[in-house]
Amino acid sequence: MRVVGIETSCDETGVAIYDSARGLLAHALHSQVALHAEYGGVVPELASRDHVRKVLPLLRQVMNQADTRPDDIGGVAYTAGPGLAGALLVGAAVGRSLAWAWGVPAVAVHHMEGHLLAPMLEDDPPAFPFVALLVSGGHTQLVRVDGVGRYTILGESLDDAAGEAFDKTAKLLGLGYPGGPALARLAQRGDPKRFHFPRPMTNRPGLDFSFSGLKTFAVNSLQMQGGDDQTRADIARAFQDAVVDTLAIKCRRALQQTGLERLVVSGGVSANTALRERLGRIAGEEGAQVFYPRLEFCTDNGAMIAYAGCRRVQAGQAEPLAFFATPRWPLDVLAPP
Amino acid sequence: MKLLAIDTSTEACSAALLISGEVRERHEIAPREHARLILPMLESLLAEAGLKLSQLDALAFGCGPGGFTGVRIATGVIQGLAFGADLPVAPVSSLAALAQGTYRETGAQQILSAIDARISEVYWGAYRAGDAGHVTLEGDETVCAPQHVPLPVGADWFGAGSGWAAYETALQTRLGGAAYTCDGQRYPRAYDVALLGAGIYQRGLAVSAEQVLPVYLRDEVAWKKSR
Repeated sequence: MRVVGIETSCDETGVAIYDSARGLLAHALHSQVALHAEYGGVVPELASRDHVRKVLPLLRQVMNQADTRPDDIGGVAYTAGPGLAGALLVGAAVGRSLAWAWGVPAVAVHHMEGHLLAPMLEDDPPAFPFVALLVSGGHTQLVRVDGVGRYTILGESLDDAAGEAFDKTAKLLGLGYPGGPALARLAQRGDPKRFHFPRPMTNRPGLDFSFSGLKTFAVNSLQMQGGDDQTRADIARAFQDAVVDTLAIKCRRALQQTGLERLVVSGGVSANTALRERLGRIAGEEGAQVFYPRLEFCTDNGAMIAYAGCRRVQAGQAEPLAFFATPRWPLDVLAPP
Repeated sequence: MKLLAIDTSTEACSAALLISGEVRERHEIAPREHARLILPMLESLLAEAGLKLSQLDALAFGCGPGGFTGVRIATGVIQGLAFGADLPVAPVSSLAALAQGTYRETGAQQILSAIDARISEVYWGAYRAGDAGHVTLEGDETVCAPQHVPLPVGADWFGAGSGWAAYETALQTRLGGAAYTCDGQRYPRAYDVALLGAGIYQRGLAVSAEQVLPVYLRDEVAWKKSR
């Protein structure tokens, strides 16, 4: 069965076609990062305006690439939340209507379920159950995954997401928006011993996170030490070390607490090299194996929505004609298909 | 000809099916309910007529101006339907649909369409009844403060739309205090999107799914950071 996946929850338009027998057939992505960079953050109305221009051209492109005709399609999946309401509605409107016109089921997919299942698109997918660390600009969560739709939140950020903390601190350091990756590059030149940032919430039990204080720490360090290039690199290094260390400590704790042996890491921050090195090390020490989606599927994409949608369409799930966007949608209310 | 039309550009949500000049319509005043209502409305119209999407000649939609989200819901729905059923699309101005409905129901020959655009502005267009029973635009559609709407030529204009409900005094002052008749409770409706859309289709001006895009008129929606 072939399923079209449409992702429009934030600032990337993604469309893909997944085939339950042959795997991912085609995927296409349009990133709006450059559009929003001039504004110092994602402007929701501009995001919506761009999605409505891009969905159909990307759909045409993947149908051609996958040599797929409408008769070959068995379902249409679209991200219904969480995310920006107006942006989500574009994908929902197009996806739901398209499914009706084709006479196939439509499925409203939870964006974070897409990220959780993204490693299933790889040749060596993890078996259930596993622990997943979702780290992006919008989310930081540790989730126990026992199967499709069987998710237990083990811990999550009480304030800023890790990626958000990266971007905000990068802005403070004059690295523009979104500056997370630039901060990681700057950190390579930083002295790991000059500053020491706290590891928030690691000195007490539990798997929740808090990253907003690190930004304050960076502001104070910058004010006390001045903003010369080396100091900025040293602050970047101390900040990144603190985030990586904190995520690693909680991942180790989650593996120990659940007794599971597989760790899935997904979301934009999972592209961070220092984080990957560190998680590889702790997983080794815990006798666990780490799984990542390929880099392009660590960030938002249509492929993960097509995959999650395919699993749900195959299980018989189908939406009514009334469509909706759910900007706030807890992951653990999902049910198995 | 057989044509299916929708409009979700304002608080109203409507769908209409035109078959050989006869129009059936579903219509509700339902702010923020458009996503829930619109496809079931279309389904019930088609079921009543015993038609399938693939048996239609064309689609039409109110392409704006109006509420950004509503206009995009109509655009997204029509993109999906047009792509999926391989149908041409007639984009119809929601200000024109508003004027056409006013002409159709009141007989007014000259209509000043005004939709409340929030932040003390209106979407504005002057329409005149034409030969084919369709209204046609005079000058340009615009978004501006009610104090600055373009002055229409001549007398006997009829004001229609939520812009008149919100800014009647300012508009009457701007238009010279003449006793304009107005009705602020009128909305663009799919009935009239269907009538005007049929004309657009018959004149060969329908577009393909990928060319189905909203008309916002207001393009200043974000301000760049000064650094």
